Amino acid sequence: MSEMLMAPFIGVFFATAVYLILSKSVIRMLLGITILGNGVNLLIFIMGRVTRDIPPIVPAGLKQPIGDIANPLPQALILTAIVIGFALFTFLLVLGYRAYQELDADNTDNMRLAEPPNPPQPPLSY
Amino acid sequence: MSSDLDVGITLAALAPFFAAALAPFIHRFTKSYAGWILAVIPASIFIYLLSFVEQMSRREFVSAGFEWIPSYGIRLSFYLDGLSVTFALLISGIGTFIILYSAAYLSGHKHLGRFLSFMLLFMGSMLGLVLSDNLISLFVFWELTSITSFLLIGFDHVRQASRRAAIQALVITGGGGLALLAGILLLHQITNQWDISEIFVWGSTIKEMDIYPLVLGLFLLGAFTKSAQFPFHFWLPNAMEAPTPVSAYLHSATMVKAGIYLLMRMNPVLGGTTEWNIILPIVGGFTLLWGAAMAMKQTDLKQMLAQTTVASLGLLVLLIGVGTDAALSAAVLYLLAHAFYKGALFMVAGGVDHATGTRDITQLGGLWKVMPVTFVAVLIGVAGMAGVPATVAFLAKEEMYAVLEVSSVSDLFENWQNTLVVFVMLLGNAMMMAVGLTILVKAFLGKLKTTPHKAHEGSLSLWIGALVLGVFAIWAGTQIKYLGSIIVGPVASSVANFQISPKLHLDFEMLTTLPFFISTLTWVVGFVIYLAIEDIRAIMLRTSKAIGWTFDILFDWLMFGLIKLSAAVTRFWHHGRWELYLIVVFVGVALAMALPMIGNFNMPQMPGLQALSFFEWGIFGMAVVGLSAVVLAKTRLIAIVSLGIQGFAVALIFMLFGAPDLGFTQFMVETLSVVILALVMTRLHLEQRDARVPWEVARDAALSLTVGISVTVLMISVLQNPIDLRLSEFFALTSVPIAHGHNIVNVILVDYRGLDTLGEISVVLATGIAILALIRIRGGGPQTGVGAPKGVKKPKRARKATPAKSKRKTTRKSTKSAQKKPAGQST
Repeated sequence: MSEMLMAPFIGVFFATAVYLILSKSVIRMLLGITILGNGVNLLIFIMGRVTRDIPPIVPAGLKQPIGDIANPLPQALILTAIVIGFALFTFLLVLGYRAYQELDADNTDNMRLAEPPNPPQPPLSY
Repeated sequence: MSSDLDVGITLAALAPFFAAALAPFIHRFTKSYAGWILAVIPASIFIYLLSFVEQMSRREFVSAGFEWIPSYGIRLSFYLDGLSVTFALLISGIGTFIILYSAAYLSGHKHLGRFLSFMLLFMGSMLGLVLSDNLISLFVFWELTSITSFLLIGFDHVRQASRRAAIQALVITGGGGLALLAGILLLHQITNQWDISEIFVWGSTIKEMDIYPLVLGLFLLGAFTKSAQFPFHFWLPNAMEAPTPVSAYLHSATMVKAGIYLLMRMNPVLGGTTEWNIILPIVGGFTLLWGAAMAMKQTDLKQMLAQTTVASLGLLVLLIGVGTDAALSAAVLYLLAHAFYKGALFMVAGGVDHATGTRDITQLGGLWKVMPVTFVAVLIGVAGMAGVPATVAFLAKEEMYAVLEVSSVSDLFENWQNTLVVFVMLLGNAMMMAVGLTILVKAFLGKLKTTPHKAHEGSLSLWIGALVLGVFAIWAGTQIKYLGSIIVGPVASSVANFQISPKLHLDFEMLTTLPFFISTLTWVVGFVIYLAIEDIRAIMLRTSKAIGWTFDILFDWLMFGLIKLSAAVTRFWHHGRWELYLIVVFVGVALAMALPMIGNFNMPQMPGLQALSFFEWGIFGMAVVGLSAVVLAKTRLIAIVSLGIQGFAVALIFMLFGAPDLGFTQFMVETLSVVILALVMTRLHLEQRDARVPWEVARDAALSLTVGISVTVLMISVLQNPIDLRLSEFFALTSVPIAHGHNIVNVILVDYRGLDTLGEISVVLATGIAILALIRIRGGGPQTGVGAPKGVKKPKRARKATPAKSKRKTTRKSTKSAQKKPAGQST
């Protein structure tokens, strides 16, 4: 039942991630999203229960693995998630970089192009 | 199941829709003949429906239809009795001439095809509405008439007045439609029936229920908005923005009668109660006087006719509300009379407008010389309006005044309600007659005036409809016995739901009766009003100017208030503060995770600390250190490196617990992330410090702690339950025998979930392309707006020009490696 002890660590990952995402700096938000990705991956991993040392590989010459092996399903899911998470990370990074170039701002308070602080009134006519 | 009758009646009701679909094409290929071709459709429907009249006059009815939504017991069912067939005959009969008239009136208009299509759509909706037995299909057709009316009023959509009138009509009639829907649903709740013909037997039950006033109110709201009763009347005069054929057809002869139809149809179910006998006469009577008075104020032909239409609708509501045999017969007769003469007069008004270029009676005069046929038509129309003997309107008026059932003078005071009703009708009829006389005399008699166009007689299509309706009005006015037995009797009986034989007759004896005396009085009063109409108009114009307040202003105020309110609501929720959006999201996440735990969470026996080895504690500790360092780091570089620490710790955890593939991938990805991040970050001139002020830090810390704790609690409670490993075992057992791979994780990725992996690669590819696009496209960004601070902008952009160029390479490299990754990993 060592998973129970690991649960609070996942909580720490999530708390850190949320704290960073809530900051108004785009770069900090990016760090937060990376950490959130790691937290979620670990969560899936631990929820699939952990087994020490034995990877899910069938020894050569055998048709089936012997004894307990690590749960292969979460691993497959996480492998996909890591790669997509990395793709997301690079995309957001470039997006943030371009936003900085175009808007001269890293602070989301200054990024009000789509929703300006005093939006125009809708036209009052037919 | 379906007999010829089912098919025939359904086809009759739906044929206009098919014609509407074809109308634009027919117009494109046949041009000026389109009207003649399309008029065949309503004409055929008219002839087909005529074959039912004989049956209807015996008070029989026909049911037909098809299953529509069987699971809810909703049929597309039609019910033909005296009432519905008469309405359908009016719709298809007048519709035939209106289609001809439209094609002539708008000939050469580039959207004539569209216009004819809308008209036919409306015709189909209206036919469906009056023939429907099922309340749901009645409602659907009801709303379709509102929508087609919207399209037709707004036909000339480049003018703001048209758009406003269209929206106004839609809002008011559509709102009433919603009330009607609620009423229909209530009725269904009570009776468990959808068909009106089945609901008839429930009439006496419903009238005794506590909920009856609510049902009645909802139905009345629907009927009053549609039939332009005070205070919902003002959309109808505004609807005159539509081309004249629309005014003649929708806003005089048919659509505005839908409310009247509904009242007549529901009379057996909802009518005859005290509420009914009080509300309807009051609303109808007031509308009658209001409309007739407002008509005197106008000088525009169409406006005069529109206001008298409001008045006539009020009169009909009044008569239905009174509900005696005589009143119902009068309502039916007046309905016919009004459809004939008002439809004709509208067509004449359009013809005059077409010929002279103006509709203002002060600019018109002496048209009888140049437009003789139109003059005959208008003569008959005004005769109808005044109720001259030999028109059907005269008979209607006689029946109306027969409401006053008195034998002596004291009865006048005994039945004061009836006396009042007759007085109101007398006044209203007199005012309408004065308006009719004004139209006739000012526009057609006297000296010919110069008009924008040189006045000339219009083409056949422009006056044939008005003339035929007029001739028909006279024919009906003289063949009264026949009319009474085939139309008036059956319709009035349908409305009352018991046999009514109208005491219609036309002989010299009636010249001595009380109704005729009142009719004569009406003519006298009407003529007096006509003589004074100029003064009355002047007084009314001055009064309304002094009041300076109209229903239109109220409507605009409501609509603009609605727009402002929605803008305010939008601004409240879309405030544009990013962190607040995120706070809402995370509060939601925390609540979603934590709320179900309350009361259901049992803290399990936690394993001892030795359940994890010393190394494992160390690695988890390392992760926590890395995480804290990211948050607390003073400089950006430290934060980035710390990000690497926690990432490597995660990789080590994967390694320790039997997931080497994950470990390797994680190592690689973390390394790349840190390198790329470091490269990009050092090129940006960013603020080092977190921009948050202390209370924001406290708020965010509290929220993130809540989320973290919620996740922990959720995990612990899930971990207490046994895990279902069947799928994992399946993969483990079949990996070698079926998929011929020893690494189970890889087998899952490339074999069992191969399509998933393909999707993953596509995502990475798409990301690469998107990044490329982001890097390549530049300079086109927004140059104005709040996000782009002025002044600071230019120097900074210039300074960054060089690093930006070399930056491109770096990011492209990252793209490439991102694309390579899955290929290397999955195999």
